[in-house]
Amino acid sequence: MSQWQGKINKIGECRWEIPQDYKSGMKVPGLVYADDKMLNVIREEQSLEQVANVAFLPGIVGCSMAMPDIHWGYGFPIGGVAATKVRDGVVSPGGVGYDINCGVRLLRTDLDEKEVKPKIEELINHLFRNVPSGLGSEGKIKVSEKEIDEVLRLGAEWAVKRGYGSEQDLEVTEERGCMKMANPDKVSARAKKRGAPQLGTLGSGNHFLEVQVVREIYDTGAARLMGITHMGQVLLLIHTGSRGLGHQVCDDYLRVMGEAVRKYGIALPDRQLACAPIESDEGRDYLAAMACAANYAWANRLCIAHWARESFVRVLGKKIEDIGLEQVYDVAHNIAKIEDHMVEGKRQKLCIHRKGATRAFPAGQSDVPEKYKSIGQPVLIPGDMGRCSYIALGTDRAMQETFGSTCHGAGRVQSRGAARRGSRGVDVAAELAAKGIYVKADSMESLAEEASCAYKDVTDVVEVTHKAGISKKVAMATPIGVIKG
Amino acid sequence: MENKFEVIDHTADIGIVAYGGNLNELFANAARGLFSLITDIDKIASKVSKKIELDDRDPESLLVAWLNDLLYTYEVGSTIFGDFDVTVSEDNRLSANCYGEKVDPQRHHLRREIKAATYHNIHIAGASGLYSARVIFDI
Repeated sequence: MSQWQGKINKIGECRWEIPQDYKSGMKVPGLVYADDKMLNVIREEQSLEQVANVAFLPGIVGCSMAMPDIHWGYGFPIGGVAATKVRDGVVSPGGVGYDINCGVRLLRTDLDEKEVKPKIEELINHLFRNVPSGLGSEGKIKVSEKEIDEVLRLGAEWAVKRGYGSEQDLEVTEERGCMKMANPDKVSARAKKRGAPQLGTLGSGNHFLEVQVVREIYDTGAARLMGITHMGQVLLLIHTGSRGLGHQVCDDYLRVMGEAVRKYGIALPDRQLACAPIESDEGRDYLAAMACAANYAWANRLCIAHWARESFVRVLGKKIEDIGLEQVYDVAHNIAKIEDHMVEGKRQKLCIHRKGATRAFPAGQSDVPEKYKSIGQPVLIPGDMGRCSYIALGTDRAMQETFGSTCHGAGRVQSRGAARRGSRGVDVAAELAAKGIYVKADSMESLAEEASCAYKDVTDVVEVTHKAGISKKVAMATPIGVIKG
Repeated sequence: MENKFEVIDHTADIGIVAYGGNLNELFANAARGLFSLITDIDKIASKVSKKIELDDRDPESLLVAWLNDLLYTYEVGSTIFGDFDVTVSEDNRLSANCYGEKVDPQRHHLRREIKAATYHNIHIAGASGLYSARVIFDI
């Protein structure tokens, strides 16, 4: 793959602009958050061209943005943020992706590393049995076709009704785990058939469950509000999404949007960017179906958290109250949301596409849970399984510059093939074990494809967002046990 | 039939380039390429057959619809296919018989999950004699 030769100019600390005149048809400039070294790596592939392509979307405002974990996706870059006007802009399913509401859920504990470490193998093995994961995995929950509609309508609330969580979990979940615009009638029978048996499964690929230990605390006040009090404290991080249901919703609506592009005469540089006006039948139907998939994902992560709680109780032989496995927060990183933002001095209703990006609202915002009103919304940024993950907070600067968005993870630098070849003959599990990380995976191919070398160092990514002021660091944790689907 | 496809690297995902002397062969080879990403296609026996009929507005859309239909069938029915008789007509209709079997964990090693075939830079090139198509999958 050749290096990207387009125009890009440094416009400030960790900020780069792709000028609007780079490509005829761009409606706004591109804005990329990266440091000098990172930009050179980003230029090795075509993701910056994708930033420019997204700028073609009708009704886009501000800039077509890319977070520092940007990498080459299909249509949108991964790490992309695009805001379109609800009144006369479009919604693009490719700006959300196939894994709708792929996201992360963080739980804290009252346990210390020294208590958990001796039992980590037993704990991970128990979690591996108790949380369905891997290729073709089916869930332990049986839902009828009628009940799947309830999951799609209610999201995490459905899981709470079924005893898989509590009101406290909902309070610290983005959207309280339920997007109200969900309408199960807009989700195809195929999507429901695909999704019903997979509810409560981790899946495969980059999805994981990690037992982590707090290594650094940068903001003790904010950390304390999140229940993170000291170094050596054990955390649990869950990363998964809407499984086959979301994939099918995306595919179904890309076909609908393919027709809509012709009907509304929209010119696009890549078919994967297919879109329709937000205020059209196609646009409204997609948002109603996407919300269903998002709700499914929130229910999914809550069910998985429930079984993880069970496993901790079983393996550690303690009561759940003494383990204190309470949810810190749950964020979506593949989603489109209708939000109010200031554009050129006026408050406007926008559709914010976050494709591999996290919402990062500051203190005081109405959508930030009561518990975190004074500090801002927690942002969860997982790294690869051999390094670390970060907890951060949304900022006013993010609200002003990025429509309240920041990065979502490390971002790949190596293709899966290259990662596999790079680790050929190397036992990835043994390498991690040498670092004190016990890993259990369903597929060795998957494990090799997810090796550390395939990713940017998440620390570099988080440093850029911290320096740029679009989120600020609170704490860092490293894994001691990992389940890879 | 030889494996008339290649697997290509893409940073976040994975792709294939499929070849064929005509659209029928191209579509069959693309399907074989898809299942080669999932498992070892040489180990798929032809025990069951499934008929698939589709239509779409152009050959590229039809190719994506075809691959995603196979992924759907695989996911809901745990059925993998290794052999295909495909007929693609000039008005973008597809009729196919797919031969394969249910996944048997004893014999079939599953490699990875494929979420979907994407439309990203999808392009069918060529004319009489040699067709090729590049498809990127989301994984």
